[in-house]
Amino acid sequence: MRKLLIAISLLAFAGSAALADPVLDRQLLMKERGKVVGELVKVAKGEQAFDAAQVATALNALQVNAEKFDAEALFPAGSDTGDTTASPKIWEDMAGFKADADKFEADVKAAAAAPPADVDALKAQIGVLGSNCSTCHQTYRIKKG
Amino acid sequence: MSRLKKIAGAVMVLAGAGVVAGWVLSAPAKVDPQLVVDSGDPAKGERIFYAGGCTSCHAKPGSKDAARLELSGGLALKTPFGTFFAPNISQDKENGIGAWSPADFASAMLMGVSPSGEHLYPAFPYASYARMKPADIADLFAFMKTLPAVSGKAGEHALEFPFNIRRGIGLWKRLYLSGDPVIALAQSAPEAVLAGRYLVEGPGHCGECHTPRNFAGGSDKAQWLAGAPAAEGKGIVPNITSGEGGVGDWSEADIANYLETGFTPDFDSVGGAMVEVQKNMAELAPEDRAAIAAYLKAIPPHPNGYPARQPAAN
Repeated sequence: MRKLLIAISLLAFAGSAALADPVLDRQLLMKERGKVVGELVKVAKGEQAFDAAQVATALNALQVNAEKFDAEALFPAGSDTGDTTASPKIWEDMAGFKADADKFEADVKAAAAAPPADVDALKAQIGVLGSNCSTCHQTYRIKKG
Repeated sequence: MSRLKKIAGAVMVLAGAGVVAGWVLSAPAKVDPQLVVDSGDPAKGERIFYAGGCTSCHAKPGSKDAARLELSGGLALKTPFGTFFAPNISQDKENGIGAWSPADFASAMLMGVSPSGEHLYPAFPYASYARMKPADIADLFAFMKTLPAVSGKAGEHALEFPFNIRRGIGLWKRLYLSGDPVIALAQSAPEAVLAGRYLVEGPGHCGECHTPRNFAGGSDKAQWLAGAPAAEGKGIVPNITSGEGGVGDWSEADIANYLETGFTPDFDSVGGAMVEVQKNMAELAPEDRAAIAAYLKAIPPHPNGYPARQPAAN
């Protein structure tokens, strides 16, 4: 009986690991990304004081987030249904989708490697980083109600 | 028998009268010459150009920066009525509008009628542009004269019957073409709200995507700006009233900031077709974006104009 219970719970565990939800994973990653971008934008807009160390930390966090974005693992075939706003265009053009993700990662790395010394420098970096958000969302995301 | 013949005759006469009436009612009409302003100010027209978002559809798809001012057309709009191709509206005399007169341009913008006297399809949003001031149309025309001529013809519209019969658009216009404002406002309404109404309902043509359409493709003004299923592909166009599901929890500053930077209040970004629109909105003066925001917060709230999201399958 005990063995059976262990076997069942092992199976259940294996099952849940295999069914790890890529939709949830990618949504969490994007939420975290938005949060970090939000911290940077607030500083760029003057709503929060510019603190070079804090900005550098945020840029590093953004880099870690960008590096976690593995397009093929997060957007496996078949994960285009259900509660997702991913556009079917992702799977029609996975190479283009990855290229957008790679460009964002490269831009974040460049920004993190040369953290801004003042608000104006940060604004310029936000301009570059932010254009990636809309470029990718223009093609690869749809809105749902 | 003779009775049947009489009925048949009556039906024929009625049908004939219907055809004649339909033909008369659907006739394309050019703009009233009194609404044509012959010369405009290109500097002022640049604002109207961006408010109107001309480049979103009429630049070659995927154009960036200066190329967005090359209006050779080509964007395909895949709708339930068929596929429309945005035409060349550059200054090219043969393929574009380089040979158009101010009256030709005003007829297209206000009446949806081409220089040769044909109805234009309302995929070109003249149902909104019909609310524009003649002087703004002249300024816009003057600005467009400063843009480059680009040769090349965009694709031919590929539409299903009966939408491929242009004359039918005349009947559509009788139902849906009006220069009157959608939202009635008192003259004493705040100036920003009135200015925003003009920008949103007229040149900005926001309602063309953000308002649901009825079976005939007319905007359902009872659900003005309540959001709609996307005309193209999957997904929806969001509710931008203050009703449930809309922008009730956005401040006017949030809306203006979104139009300027493309970031929502929770730092999500603009997406889909709105990306090109937002680029144009970013070119406007801050007071224009503030006016749009003031209007959106002042209009009647509606619940979402599209079906609720389906629950996840698993």
